[in-house]
Amino acid sequence: MKPKLAAKVRLKHDRHDDQWLLLYPERGQVLNATAAAIAQRLDGTRTVAAIAEELAREHGAPVAEVEADVAALVEQLAAKGLLA
Amino acid sequence: MSAPRPYTLIAEVTHRCPLACPYCSNPLELVHDELSTAAWERVLEDAEELGVVQVHFTGGEPLARRDLEALVGKAHALGVYTNLVTSGIGATRERLAALRDAGVDHVQVSIQSARAERADAIADYQGHARKLEVIRWVRELGLPLTLNCVLHAGNLDEPANEIDELVALAEQTGADRLELANTQYVAWALANREALLPTREQLEAAAERATHHKQRLAGRIDVLFVKPDYFGTTPKACMDGWARRFIHVGPDGRVFPCHAASTITTLSFESVTDRPLAQIWHNSPALEAFRGELWMPEPCASCERKDVDFGGCRCQAFALTGDAGATDPACERSPHHHVIDEARLSRGRSARGLLRRGRSSARSREAR
Ligand code: SF4
Ligand code: SF4
Repeated sequence: MKPKLAAKVRLKHDRHDDQWLLLYPERGQVLNATAAAIAQRLDGTRTVAAIAEELAREHGAPVAEVEADVAALVEQLAAKGLLA
Repeated sequence: MSAPRPYTLIAEVTHRCPLACPYCSNPLELVHDELSTAAWERVLEDAEELGVVQVHFTGGEPLARRDLEALVGKAHALGVYTNLVTSGIGATRERLAALRDAGVDHVQVSIQSARAERADAIADYQGHARKLEVIRWVRELGLPLTLNCVLHAGNLDEPANEIDELVALAEQTGADRLELANTQYVAWALANREALLPTREQLEAAAERATHHKQRLAGRIDVLFVKPDYFGTTPKACMDGWARRFIHVGPDGRVFPCHAASTITTLSFESVTDRPLAQIWHNSPALEAFRGELWMPEPCASCERKDVDFGGCRCQAFALTGDAGATDPACERSPHHHVIDEARLSRGRSARGLLRRGRSSARSREAR
């Protein structure tokens, strides 16, 4: 599975509080730095494992740990109907 | 106190609408003056500067404004998430395509019922068939869709309320969301309350079906059941607090905390035609009036829920007690709670027909 944000979802950098926001109909949620880095890669071209590897390499973090973060966010977004 | 950051602008660009729903949230005295395109663009800029990240273009029927595409384009250029809230009447496929190209992120179409004949009777307008066409275009154009239906005695009747039919329609049309919104008794809905109030049994039956579908469709269609106000023990957290997260700008540029606040005749709301939105947001006396907690009377002042529901709805407090600063009577701790109990008992008692905007009854003539 290559997760992708649903068409109704916009990822936006919030210039006021220097944070990332996920916006969707009438709602929004603030993403922490990790979640934002993951969300930026939910474009339907990479698997959860590939995203985890990429982020682990960039941040010098253990892949297993990052992969758990990615899987958790993907699951959370899917439950809210925010993935395509 | 310093004003909080607003996140959402409700741009009520017009009160014009060909429909005449008996629960319309527009004020009884409809506003005919409308801001220019340039003035709305300034509102959008100033709102974004204040922190707004979502805008709802609503009305009336926002499509009644020919410059809607330009306003959507402006919001989009500012990076603001753009919702179009429409009855669908006035939409053509070409216009929807133009709005999509201008940057609309999401379209909400209201229907009055899942049943055509009934829907047209509720709106007093032959429009349901057209709405279904508009809904199809929205999806064909790849735009995310919310279906919205206001619930009341006219579509929550027994033995079978319409919830199952409304959900089926959402599934057939490929909607992302279904908003099942119980009538909030302000403005026209308050005037028609006796006819619109459902019974507790009807509400419970509807809530049960909505919960069933919400679970069944989780992750596919977001089913929202907006709770009614007259059947609980605590009030709703109206607008997440007065002038806190939402800015509502009316057709003539007056700045409100919500769509119903113009009914509070003891407050005077300033217009962006007099001074910039940011100044009004920061220190307009009407917006300051009920910000935070210092204004709260008992029982709210010493209640553990005061930062949960903010004392409820100020418009409802004013409409039902004459004091906008009173505890919302929807709260069982309010000394005025009996008016809610009495209202429930008045259900179905009305001898007259429904009052409707723009239609020939004494009141709507007066409202013109
Ligand atoms: S509630 Fe009905 S009458 Fe009021 S603006 Fe919406 S569609 Fe028009
Ligand atoms: S007393 Fe006031 S704060 Fe407490 S639940 Fe009632 S309305 Fe809310």
